[in-house]
Order: sequence, then structure tokens, then C-alpha cells
Amino acid sequence: MNLTLSGLATPLAVATLTFGLVSCGGGSPTPTADAPPGTAPIVEGKVSLTGAGASFPAPLYQRWFSDFNKKNPNVTISYQSVGSGAGVEQFTKGTVDFGASDVAMKDDEIAKVERGVLMLPMTAGAIVLTYNLPEVKTPIKLSRQTYTDIFLGKITQWNDPKIAADNQDLTLPDKKIQVVHRSDGSGTTGIFTKHLSAISPEWKQKVGDGKTVSWPTGVGGKGNEGVTAQVQQLDGAIGYVEFGYASQNGLQMAALQNKEGTFVEPTADSFKATLSAIELPANMRAFESDPAGKDSYPIVSYTWLLAYKQYDDPNKLKALQAAIDYGLTEGQQVSAELGYVPLPESVVAKVEAAKAEMVAKK
Amino acid sequence: MTVRNPSSVTRPRSDTERILDQSFLWLTRLLAYAIAAVLLAIAFQVLVQSLPAIQRFGVGFIFSQDWDPVKESYGALPMIYGTLVSALIALLLAVPIGVGIAVFLSENFLPLQVRTVLVFLVELLAAIPSVVYGLWGIFVLIPILRGFGVWLFENFGWFPLFSTQPSGPGMLPAGVILTIMILPIITAISRDSLASLPPELRQASIGLGATRWETIIRVLIPAAFSGIVGAVMLALGRAMGETMAVTMLIGNANTVNVSLLAPGNTIASLLANQFAEASGLQVAALMYAGLILFVLTFIVNIFAELVILKVKKF
Repeated sequence: MNLTLSGLATPLAVATLTFGLVSCGGGSPTPTADAPPGTAPIVEGKVSLTGAGASFPAPLYQRWFSDFNKKNPNVTISYQSVGSGAGVEQFTKGTVDFGASDVAMKDDEIAKVERGVLMLPMTAGAIVLTYNLPEVKTPIKLSRQTYTDIFLGKITQWNDPKIAADNQDLTLPDKKIQVVHRSDGSGTTGIFTKHLSAISPEWKQKVGDGKTVSWPTGVGGKGNEGVTAQVQQLDGAIGYVEFGYASQNGLQMAALQNKEGTFVEPTADSFKATLSAIELPANMRAFESDPAGKDSYPIVSYTWLLAYKQYDDPNKLKALQAAIDYGLTEGQQVSAELGYVPLPESVVAKVEAAKAEMVAKK
Repeated sequence: MTVRNPSSVTRPRSDTERILDQSFLWLTRLLAYAIAAVLLAIAFQVLVQSLPAIQRFGVGFIFSQDWDPVKESYGALPMIYGTLVSALIALLLAVPIGVGIAVFLSENFLPLQVRTVLVFLVELLAAIPSVVYGLWGIFVLIPILRGFGVWLFENFGWFPLFSTQPSGPGMLPAGVILTIMILPIITAISRDSLASLPPELRQASIGLGATRWETIIRVLIPAAFSGIVGAVMLALGRAMGETMAVTMLIGNANTVNVSLLAPGNTIASLLANQFAEASGLQVAALMYAGLILFVLTFIVNIFAELVILKVKKF
């Protein structure tokens, strides 16, 4: 039985392989900005680039680089999701060709890099509060004070008057609120706690912000998947996860109150509104922990690709520039698909312009 | 009595044979030293990396409950407590069950074929990856234990061990999953030591008029005691160092809480969680915690050796 099966499988596999090869070589499908169809590959010979850094954009970057590799078979880009901190460290030491970080590099960190640093926002991500209340059908509204107090452990019941005040139309169950946070160090926690510190002096003083903080209450789950699993398991749980993760798993997400006082649901439109409300300075280091704008979702953050201003190998330079180009154009559609927030056009233009600062060493 | 082929007995070993013998001896010696050297190198490395934290916090690290990377203040008491308590729960549950299984499987209550299958199945438990145990724990064990925990809290909430409302993950699920994970170690080693007892022991005991019950409790288990203790200590080591499954079930809250229904943390789980994104003093503090785990398992092993030396009769 086994024999017949594998006997069948081999020609099939060969057929698929051949088909794959043909479709790869046949016509270079959609052109990148630098390479109109039918022209020579973007670089001579084989180029391989390595990058390391944040785990938050890793699924997106890996998808981009694998798609990019299909179009430019002589360029392979590998990206290791080692965490923002380790990414910045490796980038500073020069052991990688590019880095990535959820937290923008500080001035003294930039000063350490002799080859110069370009911080290019490539995509943005939002953090949502997901909860497990099967009896509540419409998104629950949480005011700034309320969700801070929940994570501070001061509001412990779902039918607390403070929550009920914003949700007159809902009947809230008499259930204990079970806070779920990340147990591992992560940029997601960094962005979330930075936001809480920006909106609540009490949070700032008691807990502060960082990739790992000392949580006043709750249980910890490892990774987005750990938090998601625990929120799904515990009746009355609330936790914070990346939007992409929550939407792929069909989790309930709360509408959060923004700076202007309106309650905003996490949607692609409200994220876009946030990004357009954030003014990007020349160095592209914008981190708005509490964005303005009536329709802005409050917790959205850019994530940066770190490139050197000088590259020894002109081929590597060209390849990286082309890959960034790809990410800024076709890649942006993929980013919405995977639950990331596509960059506004004005930002894309700025990054495109900044890319020109990358030069080969003379 | 004549020797059939005298030359083969009296002939001196050839040079090649001697060189081969010597080099084999040296090879095995080298390998034995190498494993010791690896252990020492690891211990040394961990010590060196933890020096900044040792200098900063000293012995107070062991008694402090803070684990706050924002304020750079670290203490490992909740993790040390969690490591010991979760391992203790596991031992309390796994030792009676494991030794019981071992006795049952080493006696002839069942036909040999059935026993062989059972032994195999118990040992197969050891082959399940710990992340699978973790997943099973989240989706099966926690929902079951949660009902039990609520019942405990509602009826025995006055008792400190059950004084918090169960939150799902916590010390109890972690302890129970560890129980299942160390069961094969205890069962397999205890059964081996019971099975390797000289048959005369049993025959003599029965011959003196002891019942089977008396034979098992008074003769066989004491005779195999050193093996059973060895099994328990090995299991304890495993329970203290287990990472993945515990991380997924213990709740990762860095607090000391007497209640078994409350979430806690262990040293191994802390390291697994925080190492990847740690920097600076946090790395040193994590290394310091790792060093403490090293010392704890070291103490357990020395203790095990002492107990075995003391009770070794056969």
C-alpha cells in the first residue's frame, strides 16, 4: 500500500516542481519600481542579506522577503525575530545588514553606529484589548480611566458602576475580571505600558513602561498566542494582544476612549486615522503614545526597519533598497491582509525619499 | 589437565594490542572528564554573567519579592517559592501513585503480556514533548481543575491553601501537570529496582509465613528503598527544571501566594519568559536566578546521594 502511494507521489511531486520552476522563470510578473518587466535582475550575482530584530513585524517581513525572493531569485533575505533589544544590539555591532525595532533608537544609541543610521517606518500595528464575555454581543466601551484601573487591579468586577456608566445599553455580568498580560518581554507590552503611562500618572508612578513590567494583577501568558489562549479559556478575562492576532482568531475587542473622549473601535479605518494624526518628523522617529484626532484609535505604533547610511557592498545596498521599495509598494497590501496597518501615502513618500540617503562606501 | 593451546595463554600481548588498550582507556577517561568540564564551564559562565546582579543585590536577592525591570529592582523569592512548591505538589502526588504502579507491575497480578504493555505505556508518557503537555493542560486540565478549584474555594476558602478564587492557570494545574510528567521516571526506576531484588527474599518471606501484603510492605519496598529514593530525587530534579509546560500553566505572576489556586512562577519559567528580550542588569539578575536553580538542584542531588548511602542495605 505504502509502496503504491509513494510510487504515485513522486511523479506528482516532480510535476509540481517543474510547474513551479516554469512559473517562476516564465515572466517576471509585477515589476518593482527599479526593474521594469523583462529587464536584467536588480543585482549581479547572488546576494544574501540578513536582518534581525523585533518579533512584532516578523510575520510580515518574512512574508515580504519570501515574496521578494520569488520575484528576484538571486536575492535571499533572511530575517530572524530575536526581539527589538537584541535586534538593535546586533545592528549596532554590525553583525547584520539591517535591523528592526518596535522602539525607535535613542540618540546615544544612534551615535554609537559609525556607518550612520536610517530609521524607516515600514508598517504599523495596533494593540487591542480582547475580552471573554460570551453574553455581551456588541463591543464593550472602556474609558481611559476604566481600562487603566482594570490593569491596575482597582476595578475587579465587570458590573462595576464605572464600566456600566459607559455601557448603558449592555447588561454586564456579575463576573470577576481576570487580567491576562504577557509573561515574556515584548515590544507589545512596551507599547501598551507606554500608552498607559501617557494617559495615567498613577500608572506611570506605580508601574511605568517597559518590555517587562511588574504587573499589579493578573496572570501571564507567553506570547500573543499564550495570552489569546488564556483569554479564550477564562470566562471574564481581559488581555492585550496585537490586532492581527485578535482578528485572525475572531476575538472580541473593546472600543477604547481616545484623547478627544470618543470611543473608537479597532478597525483599519480608525488605525489609519491615528497614523494620519501623527506628524512624522524628519528623522521619522515618531512615537505618539496618546494620539490626537476624533477618530483615532489610541494605541497604534510604527515599527522601524534600521538601515545603515553606508554599505561597503554596492550589491547589498541595491538589493536592500529594492526590498524596501517592494515593502513600501506591494508589501503594503500584504500588511493589511496580515492585520498590520498600511502606511499613509505621505509616510510612504517620506520613506522613499529617505531611502536615497543609503549610499555605497566610496 | 592440559592446556590445549599453551601459546595463546602465555604469549605476551602484542604492542598493537597494548596501544589499543591504552588509547581506549584514555579515550574513555577523556570523555568522562569532558562531561565534568562541560558542567563546570556552564556553572562558571553562569556565575560570571550573574556577577553584576550578585554585587548589586547580594543575598537579599533571595528574600526580595520585587521583580521590576522598570525600576531595576530584582528579587527571586516568588520564583524560588514557586519552584519548590510546584515540585513538592508533584512529588506528593506522584510518589504514592508511581510507587503503587511500580509495585503492581512488578508483582504477578496480571499476565506478563498485559504488564509489558502497561510498562511500555507508562514509559511512553516520558516521550511526550512538554509543550504538548502544556497545551493539553491549557485546554483540558485547567477547565477540569477550575471546577474543582471553585468547589475548594467555596467550601474550604477559610483554609489558607485554598483562599483565593481560582483564576485558571495557577500553582495547582502546574503541580498536577508536573505529577504526570515525573510519573514515568518514578515508576520505571522503582519498578526496575523492585524487579531486580533477589527472588530468595520473597521466597524466604512467604516461607516464614508472611502474607503477600506483609511481604510487599515490610520486605520488598524496604529492600528496594535506595532505588525508589533515587527515582524520587531524579523526578524532583526534573520537576524543578521543567520549563515549557509549567510556563503555560502556572500563570507567571511574580508574587508569593500561599493559596494553591493563585498563579505563581518558577525560576525556569521566568528564564524562559524573559531572557529573549532582557538587557543589562536584567540579564545578570536572570543569570543569578539560574545560578540559584543550579544550587537548588545540586543540593537535591547531594541529599539524594546521602539518603541512598544511608539506607543502602542490599
